[in-house]
Amino acid sequence: MKKVFARPESLKLTPFHYCPGCGHSIIHRLVSEVIDELGIRERTVGVPPAGCAVLAYNYFDVDMAEAPHGRAAAVATGIKRVRPDLVAFSYQGDGDIAAIGTAETIHAANRGERITAIFVNNAVYGMTGGQMAPTTISGQVTTTTPLGRAPLRDGYPLDLSEMLGIAAGSVYIERTSVSSPKWINKTKKAIRKAFMVQLEDRGFSLVEILSPCPTNWKMTPVQSIRWVEETMMTIFPPKVIKDVA
Amino acid sequence: MSETKEKKKDKKLMRGSHVLGEAAIRAGCRAYFGYPITPQNELPEYMAEQFAQMPDAVFLQAESELASINMVMGASIAGARVMTSSSSPGISLKQEGISYIAGMELPAVIVNMMRGGPGLGNIAPAQGDYFQATKGGGHGDYRLIVLAPAYGQEIADMTRQAFDLADKYRNPVMILGDGMLGQMMEPVVFPDPIDPAQLPAKPWTLTGCKGRPSRIIRSLWLDVNREEELNWRLVRKYEAITAEVVDQEMYLAEDAELIIVAYGTAARIAKGGVQRARAMGIKVGLFRPKTLWPYPSEPLARLADQVDEIIVFEMSTGQMVEDVRLAVEGRCRVSFYGRPGGVVATPEEISRVISSTHHRAHPKKVAGGRASGGSRLTVVG
Amino acid sequence: MLLKSVFSGFGGQGVLMMGYALAVAGMEEDKHVTYLPAYGAEVRGGTANCTVVVSDEEIASPIASSPEFVVAMNYPSMAKYQNMVKSGGIMFLNSDLITETLPRDDVKVVLVPANTLAHEMGNDRVLNMIMLGAMVRVTGIVSEESLSQAIETVLEGKKRSLVEINQKALAKGAEYIAAHN
Repeated sequence: MKKVFARPESLKLTPFHYCPGCGHSIIHRLVSEVIDELGIRERTVGVPPAGCAVLAYNYFDVDMAEAPHGRAAAVATGIKRVRPDLVAFSYQGDGDIAAIGTAETIHAANRGERITAIFVNNAVYGMTGGQMAPTTISGQVTTTTPLGRAPLRDGYPLDLSEMLGIAAGSVYIERTSVSSPKWINKTKKAIRKAFMVQLEDRGFSLVEILSPCPTNWKMTPVQSIRWVEETMMTIFPPKVIKDVA
Repeated sequence: MSETKEKKKDKKLMRGSHVLGEAAIRAGCRAYFGYPITPQNELPEYMAEQFAQMPDAVFLQAESELASINMVMGASIAGARVMTSSSSPGISLKQEGISYIAGMELPAVIVNMMRGGPGLGNIAPAQGDYFQATKGGGHGDYRLIVLAPAYGQEIADMTRQAFDLADKYRNPVMILGDGMLGQMMEPVVFPDPIDPAQLPAKPWTLTGCKGRPSRIIRSLWLDVNREEELNWRLVRKYEAITAEVVDQEMYLAEDAELIIVAYGTAARIAKGGVQRARAMGIKVGLFRPKTLWPYPSEPLARLADQVDEIIVFEMSTGQMVEDVRLAVEGRCRVSFYGRPGGVVATPEEISRVISSTHHRAHPKKVAGGRASGGSRLTVVG
Repeated sequence: MLLKSVFSGFGGQGVLMMGYALAVAGMEEDKHVTYLPAYGAEVRGGTANCTVVVSDEEIASPIASSPEFVVAMNYPSMAKYQNMVKSGGIMFLNSDLITETLPRDDVKVVLVPANTLAHEMGNDRVLNMIMLGAMVRVTGIVSEESLSQAIETVLEGKKRSLVEINQKALAKGAEYIAAHN
């Protein structure tokens, strides 16, 4: 019988710990499939964040180095600079990349570091229990915005990907989603392209992926998928933000 | 004769910061990440200039000290001999990364050319970062190996040692100097360069999982039992380091009745003070820790049995003095003299401190008058 | 023998090079030397100074609170160091810029019109080496041959073409002493 679906080689045989309906496991799988398809598993080093995906090193079957909260771009820079033959990717949440790690990320992009960032945007701090994130949308209730995010008090949602598009050293920035099979397929293509930019030694690449967090959004998985498409996408519209041909 | 000529040829008059940079390159360092701050900019500038000629070397001026220490982490993870440098406020910013590097057991060399503080302070030489360097500095239960050079030649030798120790123990090593050591020029003979390709392989680095299972380098251990295990393993490593690495200089200590303890620049000044006090007939010696962690407690304790009093001189309000008291454990009186904030004391000043301390410890001897002229009223200088 | 010298003047008078050249000469004679420049904000545009210790034995402190010799290229430098010079020591004053007299009789004064002599040589910038040549002729801290040779190290690289004029300036300073003291 022909095998049509299997675990990618770049994923370990370890059950995911992520909540039901969370987007991380899908994104892990997509990244692993791309690494397998590009044949780069044996020269890839991944840098997981502090956040829900901190344990990503338990799932990816490639060399993995943990970074302090927000510093993945700097750690990946250090790895890639001394070993340009390696493929370095960071895997970061919105708090990690767009709040505490903003400086490291913008400067890595601006230097055109040959690294690839996977940016999972779920509009909330997941692991710490649902606090306001830089990408929390206006009016969104979190544990630290109990009356909803009020921009004049709490600041506006930050569109980091647009900012990175301005950086001269970024080559490819795209925002996608994992809220439907159509979007999942688009996301895989984007991830593949982001890795290709690195393999072609062209500069910084990043894929921002809108991803549901039913647990902290206090929704069912189905409601959370709907919220991504109907609410998040109005603030963070999926699109190619930058593609230097 | 020809040997002397040869030696003369190898000797170079260089400022401390450049000595450190050259010694690092000769130790096989091929990666440097940093951020400008006075008074240590001559070091990154030296690395930038030299690395510009070396295609296999990486120099990167980062956007912050925070970023630079994490780049150091990444470079170390990928197997490089890597260094960063800064001065006091910048070293504070690096503490997060230093804690992770210690927890991940990564080799790295971190240079702190201390300046006056707290806060922005000033750019003059000071020693206010002793606690930060020797007691961890960042969060968690860890130690850095802390080397404190006092001479140009020692900067060269200790820099080589720092890279070797970092690799041997998979532990960050700090070279703790100050603005004066960085700026001062002294003749230096460098050790022969190491070819990085000839260094022992590191079987733990992340270089892609070709032909082996994938590896993880981490400092997160959610299982408290694993975390406790790591902590005790680190302690055993620190014990081994303590047994093997401790080093100190003793100067005129054999017959000393009084000892002054100082490190780095302060020790140079104190040595001048000791020489002056000796000329007055006071039996005083110098004890200079060359490793601040591990601290040379045992040799100091032995000296404490022999002397009446130990004076600790620091360019701070009193930090190392705590380690001296712990080492001495009440065997003799320990007093402190400090000039914080970037003030550089003079040898004359230290000799006055020595002579007044000596008078307090030996009132009769001085009251009787000494043939050598060791009167407390003698003002030197 | 342990001799401490302080060189001080305006930024741009080549004060640091004086100290550096002396230290290199000392090293080339296999002596122990330290060269300590004032650094940081202080050197940007204001006064510059450095301390050089030359010794037969290991140098403990590179700091000189009572130097044997002080070279003052301008009046503020003289004012700053006139009370620090060791009794029996020597102050070298650039008499083109300093007209004040030293209020001490336990310190010898050597006057050198460094600006004038440099101008005579057709290069106003070599006043520092003229002063250094005079200073070494008087003090004998290092030999004049070593000093002259040190200039080749000090000016190696891009400034190579300036070696000769600076060596001549050293000689000019020494000759001035021979003729006037």
